[in-house]
Amino acid sequence: MEITLPPVDLGAITPELIVTGTALVILLVDLFLPRDRKTPLAYLSLLGLVLAFAASLPLWGRARYAFKESISLDPFSLFFSSLFLLIAALTILISTNYLEREEIHRGEYYALLLFATLGMMLLAKGMDLVVLFLGLETLSISLYTLAGFMRARLRSNESALKYLLLGAFASGFLLYGIAFLYGATGTTNLKKVAVFLGKGAPLSDPFLFIGAGLLIVGFGFKVATVPFHMWAPDVYEGAPTSVTAFMIAGTKAAAFSAFLRIFLYSLAPLKPNWSAVLWVLAVLTMTLGNVVAIAQQNIKRMLAYSSIAHAGYILVAVVAGGELGGSSILFYLLAYALMNLGAFAVVILLGQKGEENLNLPDYAGVGYRHPLPALAMAIFMFSLAGIPPTAGFMGKFYVFSAAVKAGYIGLAIIGVLNSVVSVFFYLRVTVMMYMREPRAEVGPIYTSPALAAALVIAVWGTLQLGLFPGRLLELALRSIRPLLG
Amino acid sequence: MITLSHYLALGAILFIIGMFGVLTRRNAIGILMSIELMLNAVNLNFVAFSRYLPPGALTGQVFAIFVITVAAAEAAVGLAIVLGLFRNFRTVNVDEINLMKW
Repeated sequence: MEITLPPVDLGAITPELIVTGTALVILLVDLFLPRDRKTPLAYLSLLGLVLAFAASLPLWGRARYAFKESISLDPFSLFFSSLFLLIAALTILISTNYLEREEIHRGEYYALLLFATLGMMLLAKGMDLVVLFLGLETLSISLYTLAGFMRARLRSNESALKYLLLGAFASGFLLYGIAFLYGATGTTNLKKVAVFLGKGAPLSDPFLFIGAGLLIVGFGFKVATVPFHMWAPDVYEGAPTSVTAFMIAGTKAAAFSAFLRIFLYSLAPLKPNWSAVLWVLAVLTMTLGNVVAIAQQNIKRMLAYSSIAHAGYILVAVVAGGELGGSSILFYLLAYALMNLGAFAVVILLGQKGEENLNLPDYAGVGYRHPLPALAMAIFMFSLAGIPPTAGFMGKFYVFSAAVKAGYIGLAIIGVLNSVVSVFFYLRVTVMMYMREPRAEVGPIYTSPALAAALVIAVWGTLQLGLFPGRLLELALRSIRPLLG
Repeated sequence: MITLSHYLALGAILFIIGMFGVLTRRNAIGILMSIELMLNAVNLNFVAFSRYLPPGALTGQVFAIFVITVAAAEAAVGLAIVLGLFRNFRTVNVDEINLMKW
């Protein structure tokens, strides 16, 4: 048998190469920096991210495949790459201060963060299941390590172990699904799968259904949908706060980018079958996430449950499908990333050494003591709850109107009722900040220009998307079109 | 005569044994081993499909090699995490590693 190597087209993966190169340079430079002065590495990684973004700009508008159709350069993958670069940059901005406070400022942090970003970008660009799998594992293995980055802290250890065991378990299901999909279609290339299913192949093949079902289970674990969510709250609570922010904003978007490419593109002919399953998952996920979030006292844990609920809203849009549903997912993921990273920036700002000051009562009276961070937090909470004029409102509006237009009126009603429930626990934070007497002894808060910059970007983005969503929505529409054929 | 379905049945049995192990084992190392079993069951499927599918392409076998490589990386990180955990907790029993609950 003859093996032909695909032509090597490095131009197609310049952003990824830049991110990888920066991560390697960081590992090297780290050796020459004294233990207490690692901040230059943060700037270096920011520079790498900006360069990668600049390198991805010329790729827009020339949709093509590379590496024998295993990498796809379409607006969809470029939209997601830019989103991941933005998330990584904001995470680095909010990290430096925090890492110094917790005395875990080490160079590997930035390298691992960049490797995780690389994995996410491959997930968005992968047109072959092999590439998707490798991207997912690059992302996951970096994150297992990052979750346990506070080696001396028990909760961080526990978080890493739980993430590792459940993540690897989920990978097993995902791979088993990929194997069956391969068995049913004879290819791991998503384009060929789509062509194979599109030209009237028998859609009753049991392998196909087993494969699709196992893929839903695998991705269900990765994006934390009920009933595959058990790991999420523990992992998100125990991991270092900056890593939690990155995981909540980034991993979800990355997993959804691959999920959309597989289900909305390749398995589109099976939609009547999988959309019923996702309908149930969406309802369970939204409801459980919001109801359990009410009972939480720790703010990281509350945001973890809120992230589960938001995965449910996004699933509503996946069920709705079509141009409207697809573009609303892209819009929602960006809005969601901005408001969550912003909220975590405030959590980091108000936190004290040793992961203290993270409970709801600790936020009493913050509105008077630190008016600006409190105002930002209030904006993010309004946005997460879906109150205009914020990005969260527009995101929910697009998701639910896509569901109504696609005829899923019941699902939209359940979603709206859920977001009414969620208003309770989001606004409780605001009430705490502005309407309760402050507790007596709280240490001073340390801010840094980087953290302030991240907060300003997140606030600006949240309001911008809430007030003038038109341009981004247009971009999202343009990005989702190549996927729908 | 050994057919495709024999391999698939063996793969399914191994996968279920691995899954059962993950759900019932209390030792973190045991869980990691069970996960390896699941991944190897998947490899068996890949190779079997690759052998019996009409085009006779190598995709399945190549995929299996990638899975083996990634599983090795995952095991390395996993054992490192378990070691670090053991230093702090003095146990690898997952029932005792439970500081966070709702």
